[in-house]
Amino acid sequence: MSTPVSISASSSGAAVSATRLFLHRLFRRRLVFVAALILLAIVFLALLAPWLSPYSPTGMRVSHRLRPPSLTNWFGTDEFGRDVLTRIIYGGRASLGIGFAVVICSMTIGTVLGLLAGYFRSLDGVVMRLVDAMMSLPDILLAIFLVAVLGASAGNVVLALTIVYTPRVTRVVRSSTLVVRELPFVEAARTLGVSTWRIMTVHILLNVASPILVQATFIFAYAVLAEAGLSFLGAGVPPDIPTWGTMIAAGQQYADRAVWLVLFPGLAIVLAALSLQLLGDGLRDMLDPKLRKAL
Amino acid sequence: MTVVPASMPPLLEIRSLEVTFRTETGDVVPVRGVDLCVEEGRTTALVGESGSGKSVTSLAVMGLLPRPFGRISGGAILFKRRAGDVVDLASVGQEGIRTLRGNEIAMIFQEPMTSLNPVMTIGEQITEQVRLHMALDGSTAMRRAIEMLSLVEIPDAVNRATEYPHQLSGGMRQRVMIALAMSCNPRLLIADEPTTALDVTIQAQILALIERLRKEHGMGVLFITHNLGVVAEIADSVSVMYAGEVVETAGVSEIFREPRHPYTGALIDCLPVRAQRGADGRRVVKAIPGTVASAVSAPGCKFEPRCTRAAEACAAAHPILEPVGLDHQVRCIRWSEP
Repeated sequence: MSTPVSISASSSGAAVSATRLFLHRLFRRRLVFVAALILLAIVFLALLAPWLSPYSPTGMRVSHRLRPPSLTNWFGTDEFGRDVLTRIIYGGRASLGIGFAVVICSMTIGTVLGLLAGYFRSLDGVVMRLVDAMMSLPDILLAIFLVAVLGASAGNVVLALTIVYTPRVTRVVRSSTLVVRELPFVEAARTLGVSTWRIMTVHILLNVASPILVQATFIFAYAVLAEAGLSFLGAGVPPDIPTWGTMIAAGQQYADRAVWLVLFPGLAIVLAALSLQLLGDGLRDMLDPKLRKAL
Repeated sequence: MTVVPASMPPLLEIRSLEVTFRTETGDVVPVRGVDLCVEEGRTTALVGESGSGKSVTSLAVMGLLPRPFGRISGGAILFKRRAGDVVDLASVGQEGIRTLRGNEIAMIFQEPMTSLNPVMTIGEQITEQVRLHMALDGSTAMRRAIEMLSLVEIPDAVNRATEYPHQLSGGMRQRVMIALAMSCNPRLLIADEPTTALDVTIQAQILALIERLRKEHGMGVLFITHNLGVVAEIADSVSVMYAGEVVETAGVSEIFREPRHPYTGALIDCLPVRAQRGADGRRVVKAIPGTVASAVSAPGCKFEPRCTRAAEACAAAHPILEPVGLDHQVRCIRWSEP
């Protein structure tokens, strides 16, 4: 049986070159490459926090309180003598974790709703009016309201931000679905007896994947920012869990004496959000064939 | 003892099919009273200009009229299944017809460029199709896919199977479409202008391929086209459609030798080989003046406004499809007059 072997060999060969081509196109712009590196570093630090960080994120040493950045505490210490660098690394876990959870949840729900609304014209009116109603509310206010009602916890922040960002995803997926469902290959699939379910989940979903991917990176950035904002306002994660937002919230009253308490978590937020945005831009430019030619 | 019926039912028999589209300005009937027959192992061509209702007829057979606006509002579409029983596709329901689509009835389209999913490889698409209708595991299905690609004369099928549609030429893509359609051994192949988008040499190859597959697999072919040259090459019998009606049905040699309906005659006169030299010595291809009448219109013959032989009686009453010879029917009250 030589045939199946040669198929798998050649198909994996094609996959390798396709991935390489993808990365080559994505990183043609150097800024996108730098953004991806920064993001990778932040994720890497967050994942390996317990092994990388020199101190405990909650270990208090009153004798070391409010120390400025030094060789032993690169980013200084806070009002309880906790190492700021350690807390930023651990804070990254919570902030990125919440952001990632929001992306997964809002992408899943938004994709399902968008596909349904785009494919079944009878559902379109109902789903889209609901989405319009949600989008007419200011994001952060809606999130604050939800967290205030549900109580402050990481889970509720994810829930609130999912509710805030799902409508955006729904709109994007719906509009892409509207285009793809009219393409001849969808009808061709139907003439071949492919079920509606499979047409939606395979033929249409694969073809609307790139706008979904681009949206995912932007929503990741928004969610990281929004989580920080909510936590700063006290309507997010409880203050005892280190996130970039809670660190700035706690540090602001010492900001005149110990600027590093707000500076470094702030920088972390900016770096994470900016690199996600840049990566999203890069993906969008690369996946849009019209822009790709211009580049 | 089994009694052999006097006449075997044909593979596909459409009886006075009527399709209605609901529009904002009222109901439109793009197809009314279409009778059509496809015998097993033979090719029936459905000919007509754009807007004559050819494609709507084929979509009705496939159960793919655009919902919720289009529906079959009358008639029957009798299809003889592999098991030997006859089902009425007009009343069998969506689920019933879906099990036949791609399995016993397959269809190929005009646009090979866009009829394949751009993000799936050729092999994946055929494999999906095969696994849908035959209980095969992944590697057997892939082997079947490669077999199908070889069947439609695609060279280097093993490697082609891993390629995406954009890597293939138009002719190749139409071959892939045919491979997809053939992958479950359909009994009826509906080909909706499959060669229109291809250049002439590729067109001849695709026609030869369809011919070969029809002979080898004994399937019936309903070939929809506006190209009479193609009809002469491939069809056994021909039905000419005009404004949603069949105006003439006959065997292929009969229709070219003795077209009885003025529209059929006019169509044949439009063929480039029949072009006459004009006053300036250049050959001029004839055309039929006017355009296809809208589906909602006058009581008389639909072709009357464009007909060179029209008489007063033509506008008054709607002609019926009457037999004028063996397997030859015409919808014209003046067919017998010179």
